[in-house]
Amino acid sequence: MGDIWYWLVALMLAAYVVLDGFDIGAGIIHLLLSKCDEDRQLILRTIGPVWDGNEVWLIAMGGTLYFAFPLVYASAFSGFYLPLMIVLWLLILRGIGIELRMHLAVRVWREFFDGCFAISSMLLAIFLGAILANVFRGVPIGDDGYFFLPLWTNWLPGPNPGIFDWYTLPGGLLVLVALAVHGAFYVAFKTEGALHDRAAKLGRRIWGALLVMTFVGVMATLRLRPSALGNYLRHPVAFLIPCLALASLLGMLMFSRAGRDREAFLSSCSYLAAVLSGAAVGLFPILLPSSTDAARDITISRAMSGSYALSAGLIWWAIGIFFAVAYFVFVYRMFAGKVRLSAEDVDHN
Amino acid sequence: MDALVLHRIQFAFTITFHYLFPQLTMGLALLILILKTIGIMHNRPVYNDAARFWARIFAVNFIMGVVTGIPMEFQFGTNWSQFSRATGSVIGQPLAMEGVFSFFLESAFLGLFLFGERRLSMWGHWCAGFLVFLGSWLSGFFIIVTDAWMQHPVAYRTLPNGVYELTSFTGLLLNRWALLQFAHNMSGAVVTGAFAMAATGAFYLLESRSVNYGHIFLKTGVLAGLICSALQVFPTGDLQGKYMAKHQPATTAAMEALFKTETGAPLVILGQPDEELQRIDNPIVLNRVLSFLIYGTTSAEVKGLNEFPRDQWPTNIPLLYYSYHIMAGLGTYFIGLMAMAAFLLLRGKLFTSRWILWPLMLSFPLPYIANTAGWMTAELGRQPWLIYGLMRTEAGVSTHVSAGNTLFTLLGFLGLYSVLSILFVILVYREIIRGPARALGSNPESGVPLTVA
Repeated sequence: MGDIWYWLVALMLAAYVVLDGFDIGAGIIHLLLSKCDEDRQLILRTIGPVWDGNEVWLIAMGGTLYFAFPLVYASAFSGFYLPLMIVLWLLILRGIGIELRMHLAVRVWREFFDGCFAISSMLLAIFLGAILANVFRGVPIGDDGYFFLPLWTNWLPGPNPGIFDWYTLPGGLLVLVALAVHGAFYVAFKTEGALHDRAAKLGRRIWGALLVMTFVGVMATLRLRPSALGNYLRHPVAFLIPCLALASLLGMLMFSRAGRDREAFLSSCSYLAAVLSGAAVGLFPILLPSSTDAARDITISRAMSGSYALSAGLIWWAIGIFFAVAYFVFVYRMFAGKVRLSAEDVDHN
Repeated sequence: MDALVLHRIQFAFTITFHYLFPQLTMGLALLILILKTIGIMHNRPVYNDAARFWARIFAVNFIMGVVTGIPMEFQFGTNWSQFSRATGSVIGQPLAMEGVFSFFLESAFLGLFLFGERRLSMWGHWCAGFLVFLGSWLSGFFIIVTDAWMQHPVAYRTLPNGVYELTSFTGLLLNRWALLQFAHNMSGAVVTGAFAMAATGAFYLLESRSVNYGHIFLKTGVLAGLICSALQVFPTGDLQGKYMAKHQPATTAAMEALFKTETGAPLVILGQPDEELQRIDNPIVLNRVLSFLIYGTTSAEVKGLNEFPRDQWPTNIPLLYYSYHIMAGLGTYFIGLMAMAAFLLLRGKLFTSRWILWPLMLSFPLPYIANTAGWMTAELGRQPWLIYGLMRTEAGVSTHVSAGNTLFTLLGFLGLYSVLSILFVILVYREIIRGPARALGSNPESGVPLTVA
């Protein structure tokens, strides 16, 4: 039962990163890509009706973690107190940046909101990436199951690390680059004309950095956590996941060059999903590894709720997620196709 | 300041600020649906315009609720980790269900409700509005279930390691405390919505602008306001008060500042509690009324605080007492004001009586205060417990998060929420000044951010 919930939480995390990832990515490249107010309106329109629903995956995942693995929720959320609070502030700034921009026809306000949207998207990617990297690196869990990490200490992933060190900062940058590419291919998929061309080109340009960062990330992880290979060696079929990640990575570039924007974006989705699944396979059955002593690792069996609660949860979870997926299909179909501005919108407000 | 106090202040501040928005969201969702229904059933386009106007305000309000709501989901773990660790199996359920059942629903259909009017049929659009309403009320229900379990824990057993384990899923969702609290809370939310609507209508009439909309807003706001203000007292407030007196007697005594047990206990209308001397200064009381309200008879004995060990008294009795009295006092004023306005409405004089339009306009902040005071009564009354009778507040906090780090984030929230408040006031004021008479939101075809109409 605990194992099922491990994969369900991993699935929700993957859904969050793939879905909210493209609107965070659109934010990262927002200022880089746009040359005029119309471009910025178009970029916002590509994510406008969906970003909030995408973000719900984060909230739903947090709630699910709380109920299925209370110890991990309690330990990780209080241990990552500072970066999570900063993430919350960034989510707030980003939300108002997206939603309030068009309410005020004053240039200063619009630039302010654009800045909120772009900068908070960038920092959000870096912080979320660094938090994930902290999970892979391990944290100094104490006897009581808790820990607390400052933002940085000596930048070394030793026994008393900070949130940022030479391993987690590149982890944050990897996510920044991956989401920038993801966002660029999404914007290319949803727009046309000059904006489309610039977005596709920008995506292909950052792609090189993504390739390098992915390679560095995998190497650093294997050096820091050789045990991550254990599950792969026991079940070699799992090696298909990194192969899928690599194929998706190459696919993005080839499809984008061939002008097949939809496939390029889908490749980027499958790249993110494969990388996260690969990491989940590497960690299983640990939810939060200890950096000091493997006996203090928080594992599925140590953290999970009782079996009655987990079984009851499985029923409503399945029903709820079925409906959620149905809404998503409905909404994405409703807003399918390229976004455009009509003459009316240009001087909207 | 010690860390526990800072953790408490941060949670209290972020939840209080957050709840300013959902109460209007939940109240307006129902009122917009009513306007929309009248517009369709009686073929009155002006009601559709009115619904659309409130949907624009709803949208700004909704986004504020979303961005201030995410921190709430996180803060159980970040600031109250020992509490989360012990309770995940039980109240983790409704919190996760809120995300899975309500937030997906709301976020999917709000966009369609705001921008799909042209591409959906009339009733299709109504359905989108209904689903937004359903999502927001469901969300309220799950949160109330969570809070009700902390107030009145049911359907659990305690494991040897101090963890609470769920034993009945339906028992948790149908906690009697939750049902009573939900009824009381939701009619409170409609009061906020109704007062906002009536105040806007009164403003338009006092200003002689958008007059036909002013009439609609006043009519809807006054009728909904009267019905729900009355429901606040009876039966919802009455039932909840009695249930509370039974299960949290120390809280009831502290709310009334009843320091000593009395037969035929009086209801205190005004007066300042003095905890040191254990008395009320300058009291104005209604003799025997408290006994009657709780037990239905004027001679019943009501337990005073002296019956309970000092370490089980609510930690801030004066604030609890004032919160409760402010809530109850304002609730009484709401019924009086709305009854008067409804009377004038029936006589056909409301729209020209400036003397009542003024208080209707000025009263819109008061339901916010009453709802906040009501929640303060519930949560201060729960002290010194985090889970009533099971876990004391100091036992639930994140011990590894220091006072310095907590103060840092508390100051961050204070600053950020000040900015949000200013933006909210500017945007809603602008929307009201522009008025309801605007063309149907343009370009529903391609996506636009949720709240741009």
